[in-house]
Parts: sequence; structure tokens; C-alpha cells
Amino acid sequence: MVGVSPDTIKTEVSKLEGEVPESVVHELRGALLRVSKERAITREQIEQIIEGVKQAYTSAIVEPGEAVGTIAAQSIGEPGTQMTLRTFHYAGVAELNVTLGLPRLIEIIDARKTPSAALMTIYLKEKFAKSKEKAREFAHKIELTTVEDVALQTETDLINMVFIITLDRSRMQRKELTPSKIASTIKDTLNTDVGIDGYKLRIKPSTTTLSELRKLATRVRALPLRGVKGITRVVVKMEDDEYVVHTEGSNFLEILSMPEVDQTRTVTNNIHEIEEVLGIEAARNAIVNEAVKTLEEQGLNVDLRHIMLVADMMCASGEVRQVGRHGVSGEKASVLARASFEITTKHLLDACIHGESDKLDGIIENVIAGQPIPLGTGSVELVMRRGGEGGTK
Amino acid sequence: MSSELEVGRHALVPKHEVLSKKEVEELLKQYKIHTHQLPLIKSSDPAAKAIGAKPGDVLKITRKSQTAGEAVFYRYVIEG
Repeated sequence: MVGVSPDTIKTEVSKLEGEVPESVVHELRGALLRVSKERAITREQIEQIIEGVKQAYTSAIVEPGEAVGTIAAQSIGEPGTQMTLRTFHYAGVAELNVTLGLPRLIEIIDARKTPSAALMTIYLKEKFAKSKEKAREFAHKIELTTVEDVALQTETDLINMVFIITLDRSRMQRKELTPSKIASTIKDTLNTDVGIDGYKLRIKPSTTTLSELRKLATRVRALPLRGVKGITRVVVKMEDDEYVVHTEGSNFLEILSMPEVDQTRTVTNNIHEIEEVLGIEAARNAIVNEAVKTLEEQGLNVDLRHIMLVADMMCASGEVRQVGRHGVSGEKASVLARASFEITTKHLLDACIHGESDKLDGIIENVIAGQPIPLGTGSVELVMRRGGEGGTK
Repeated sequence: MSSELEVGRHALVPKHEVLSKKEVEELLKQYKIHTHQLPLIKSSDPAAKAIGAKPGDVLKITRKSQTAGEAVFYRYVIEG
């Protein structure tokens, strides 16, 4: 028996394209080529294998009428019971504050506007990613530094009505700041008189009232001197041959538009920011990635398809909606379905006022009405064709 | 300090394309649906804006999928 050539294998397998997913085609082609090196495969065998693959694939497809949403909910819900309920404080390698486990998963599903611990992973362009100095320099550049961060001591002089800041020499050196630089920033942004006396800054309020002085003091302390708004802590880490910058706090748009940053890989864990900057499809991917990361980190294996379904539903309307009464569940067409979920009376009352009707074509409505539900075999209806010859179709 | 942000280059953004009238017709026929039954995308969406999609268009989105290798998804562009 003579085996077929690798070329025939390729052409035979590529006939499957369009019928089965690309990944299956790819895997099959690779496997067949590998085996054909060890022993001859006949044409007949190839045909059998391809037919077998096709059958295995079609029998694995979800059947029409299958309750995929319920299955997804159960498949994510059950492992969820095993997750940590503890909210915070996971030191990890980078000493960054991370939200983990169930709280994080809830955060993702609820589509919260801001995560309780915002994080960014910033990849740098090659020039900067290879050198530790340059990566460090960049890290210093983006870390938000306020006046309070470089102050050794602050005091309010009530006799002379001035606010005095004593600056810390070493901290300023690290941040590449000088007293005159700081003074001019304060002068420019707050429009006040600043006197420099060595490492002491004397700031006078425009009107010499006590309340004005106090207000000035808080404003000066929080005044940003350098860095990117929102980025509160920065850690540089070596990862796979390059320096990667991790930050606490997030400002996706501003970081992405910096020239040092690799725009193709840098990410944040704030899904809303991703939606705003990169669009709904990127947000969907981010939801999938974040959910998988959270589950995997807890050692739980949930099939990716369930998570993808949830992410697709959350993003179906063109914007990220939560799974809950303000989002996916709250926008169901049926009044009864909505009323059975949360805030029953409000939904029923509103429906009465607006004269809504319920077509009873969902699951919950039919459960309430005590009818067979349109699911699985129940989702098919028999339609008879009247007139005609009868019995033809 | 800004270099122009190219949305399409980011790893999280899959390929977006505007379908021609004929392709849309074929798509709707294939699945026996109307455009309003498709998932939506706003015309102000950065990825849609980048390819100049207008309300009423249908976008073909070719996602990289961990399960299927490549998966095609469609979205109907709405105003917003």
C-alpha cells in the first residue's frame, strides 16, 4: 500500500474549511502530516478520518433550542461558590493591590464603572523595554507626584497667614524636582504668591482670611507636580526578556498616547476605559480575559464558551451592560419576566400604566402561566398548511 | 507628547470591515433575519469610527477565538 503525499493531505483537509472551525482544520492537518511521516496513510483512510471529524464536530454543536444561558449561568455559578469571598490584599510578586476571586468576578459581571483596584500593564516600545534605566525613567515620569509627596513637613502659620512647606531634598532629587520648579507650578496653577527660602516655600493666600488659608493648604497639598492623573503607584518588572511597567490606578487614553508605550499590547483592567478608547469589541475581549484570569487564578476551570456567551450578551447592545436589573435582565421584552426577577411591583405598575402586553413567548412567562416552555423540543411548533392538495408537505 | 492612536493595531481589537449592500443581503438571507436582530455597535465606537462606518451599515468582525481559531461576528451600526 502506498500512502498519499503531504500535498494531497493538505488539499483534502482544506475541503473541510467553512464546514468546521479553522482551529479544527489546522489541528487535523498538523496531526495527519505528522502521522504520515511515520507511516503511510491511504486515501481511503484519509476520507474516513475527515468524515469522522466532520461527524464528531456536528454532533458536538449545540442543538437549536438548547438553554445555553442557563447552562452558562450554572457553569460559572457553581465554581463561584468555591471562590474566595475575601476582597482584597493579595501581595503577589509585584506588591500591588489586586481584587481577586468572587468580588472581582462580580465587578466584571456588574460592569462597574471603576474597579476597586484599577491596574494597568504597560508594555514599552523595544527601545525602552530592554533597558532597565529607560523603563525606570518612564515609570518615574508617569507616577503621579503631588506636593505632599515631596514635602517633609507642612504647617499653617496663623500669625503671618502663610502656608509653609518644607521640602524633602532626597525625595525631590529622585523625582527630579527643584524648589523653584515646584514654586512656579504652584504659582501658575493656583495664582498665588510663593516665596522661596532654601527648601522652604511660603505660600500666601489672595485674601487673608482663615478659611481661605485652610482651603489653599488642602489645594496645595494635592497639587500634582508631575506624572499622569490617576497613576498612583508604579512597579517595574522583568517579564520574558523585557521590562514591563505595572501601575496601580489607570488612565488608559493618556498612557496609550505616550510615545514610549507599545500601543498594541498595553492594557488596563478597567473595562469601561477600554470600551471608551478601543470600542465595544475590545471591551468584549477584555471581559473574557479578565473573567478567565480571575477564575483561573483561583484554580477553577470554566469552559471558555460560557464566559464568551456572557461577554457577548453584555456587549450586544453596542455598549457594556451589566448582567442585572439595570442591564441585560432589566431590558427583557416581557413584563412578567422582568417582574419575576427584581422589583416586582414597579415593573407591574409601569406595565399597567403604559398598557404593555405580554406575548408569552419567553421561558419565565410560560412557567408563570403554567404552559409548556419554548425550550428544547418545546421550541418547535406545528404549522399546518390549509387548502392545497393536502398531504404533500 | 501624543503619537496618534491607531485603534485597529491594539491586540484587543479584532478586524472590523464594512459589508457591501450585496453581502448584507446575502447574510440576512442566510440566517433568515433582519438587520435589527443583529448585535449592535454605535457609530461613535472608536473601532467603527476608524473604518468610517455609518449608521445603517453592517460590520463584519473577524475575531481571533481560542476555541474556533477564527470566528466571524456581525454588528449593525446604530447612531450613538
